[in-house]
Amino acid sequence: MSAPTDRPEDGTPTPELTPTLELRGVDKSFGAIQVLHGVNLKVYPGQVTALVGDNGAGKSTLIKSIAGIHSIDAGEILFEGRPVSVSGPRDAAALGIEIVYQDLALADNLDVVQNMFLGRERKNGFVLDEVSMEEAARDTLSKLSVRTLKSVRQLVSSLSGGQRQTVAIAKAVLWESKLVVLDEPTAALGVAQTRQVLDLVRRLADTGHAVVFISHNMVDVFEIADRVAALYLGRMAADIPISEVNRSQVIELITAGRSGTIGIAPAEAAAVEV
Amino acid sequence: MSSNTISQSTSAQEPGGAPSGFEADRSADSVGGAARAYVDRVRGGDLGALPAILGIVALGLLFFALRPETFLTPRNMANLADQAAPIIILAMGLVFILLLGEIDLSAGVVSGVCAAVMAKLLADAGAPWYVSVAAAILTGVVIGLFTGSLVGLVGIPSFVVTLALFLGWQGFTLRLIGEGGTVAVRDPVISAISDKNLPVVLGWILALVVIALYAALQLNRWRTQKAKGLAHQPLAVVLIRIGVIAAVVVLVTAVLSVDRAPAPGVVLAGIPYAIPLVVILLLALTFLLGRTGFGRHVYAVGGNAEAARRAGINVTKIKVTVFVIGSSLAAISGIVAAARLGSVAPGSGGGNTLLYAVGAAVIGGTSLFGGRGRARDAVLGGLVVAIIANGLGLLGTEAYLNFIITGGVLLLAASVDALARRRAAATGH
Repeated sequence: MSAPTDRPEDGTPTPELTPTLELRGVDKSFGAIQVLHGVNLKVYPGQVTALVGDNGAGKSTLIKSIAGIHSIDAGEILFEGRPVSVSGPRDAAALGIEIVYQDLALADNLDVVQNMFLGRERKNGFVLDEVSMEEAARDTLSKLSVRTLKSVRQLVSSLSGGQRQTVAIAKAVLWESKLVVLDEPTAALGVAQTRQVLDLVRRLADTGHAVVFISHNMVDVFEIADRVAALYLGRMAADIPISEVNRSQVIELITAGRSGTIGIAPAEAAAVEV
Repeated sequence: MSSNTISQSTSAQEPGGAPSGFEADRSADSVGGAARAYVDRVRGGDLGALPAILGIVALGLLFFALRPETFLTPRNMANLADQAAPIIILAMGLVFILLLGEIDLSAGVVSGVCAAVMAKLLADAGAPWYVSVAAAILTGVVIGLFTGSLVGLVGIPSFVVTLALFLGWQGFTLRLIGEGGTVAVRDPVISAISDKNLPVVLGWILALVVIALYAALQLNRWRTQKAKGLAHQPLAVVLIRIGVIAAVVVLVTAVLSVDRAPAPGVVLAGIPYAIPLVVILLLALTFLLGRTGFGRHVYAVGGNAEAARRAGINVTKIKVTVFVIGSSLAAISGIVAAARLGSVAPGSGGGNTLLYAVGAAVIGGTSLFGGRGRARDAVLGGLVVAIIANGLGLLGTEAYLNFIITGGVLLLAASVDALARRRAAATGH
């Protein structure tokens, strides 16, 4: 895990800071339907960037492009300033990109340790190294101050929604990841569990990770985000420090693509609507 | 949340006194706690080996009560082992396939095709036993590749693929053996699997080695876990488990070491070779499923294939490999069955062969819904099925009743599985 990075009050990064992830003019079509139109995005280390947008705005497609599940048609993906091509989940993982999916992607029939190391088990030759995996899993959970698990050898099927989300996030942290993308981590969680997960997301950024946080919940977004990026019908309406906007402006950006002087130019927005 | 001073203090060690979590991992040292955890698991729907063990005990007592003079004799126990071996080995293959949530309806007839290949090579080509056995297993591997590719690569549901192959492979066996014919299997090495026994002394040595090895592995693991502060069971529970295994191994060895010759003057004693064969397969497959990355990935694909795919696991490769393992074990099962019967017929592997094996896996505790199951399930469930077949044989029940009873037992096991799953979903286990 890298050291905490400078994060000025207003969310504006210091000029020399390289974004962990930068998208430049990313296009993506499925057949005749263009889902992403020239999307630009910058995600900085030590910051939570909230990615917002209505259903169908292209959030999932954008994430899957970052994860290497979809290939992009045009544009560039830069990771720590270098152009990269991500053509599969393994490429993304090798770069240090971890995605925590909405539907969790945990196997219910495996325990916490087994899930955290799934696909990247530690081995002594042929044999799984359970001792070192269990120790590392517990270390990571302790570092994130996760104290709600009774046992790391508990089956995931016996965990609550918040605990599952915690395990999924901890799994991402275990891999010395630089960029963690969280797809609606607080959807379907109760009040106390949402609290736990938000705290965890904040700690993630405070330990130097670049975090992309997708959410429909403006309270959550304004509580933990440093920057906000709003997608509107496949276009990036704004990618700005959260201190420059208020809640109703963000909602306008989500629903209309622009708010006052921020957002897609009126002509373009009108063209999109047609 | 501002400036890096806060970020540093949060990333630093938390102040002492706060609960550190994972308390269950550290406080699992009492037998009472372990017993309570076990009861909770069972009530939560995770029955494990319980139904199979209860089944073995109940059926054993039932048939002993009905046929006290024949059922529990050493001769019948040796016979039971021979009867159970092919069912158990076929069921081991099905455990792998069921773990993925798939089914292989052709496993029985695949065992027939492979046995026919072996028998033809032995009888017609005069090939040595090892060539014939290798050819039979290779046939199983190729069949598994074919089935697995249709399921994993083409994406046809395994139910349909293997239903089609269930018919197709029977045609192959019929073509190989010929209408109405049988091919005798007289090779002494192959027949020995079923009709020869380990020398009594060697049997005891083997039994003690197995016990010592098991105890050493269990105790060593317990010691490491305890030393490193990892989750572990209480020592008493580990010792009880070692004691139970040791008692069973000693009991089986003792019974099978008694002279069971039908006539005086000849000595017939020792463990039938089928038993060490099953034990070796059990150890190898348990290791494969429990201790290797491949095994872990099989469970992951069976539990949540999408999660496995996103974790970078090649789901197709796992599926194909599992079908190869299943069909290879079917081949071994076919060889053992041929050794027992002394011949291969066009109907070999047909009839209730598959039903027995699926029943064995499910009775042993492997879920039909994927993700839950162990190699030992095949052994425990296979024993239940074999005891039913053996006991009904001793009672001299008519064939129609055998079908009804065996079908009923499979239905019962599947119901237990489905109810346990519902219970698990309801209690969050």
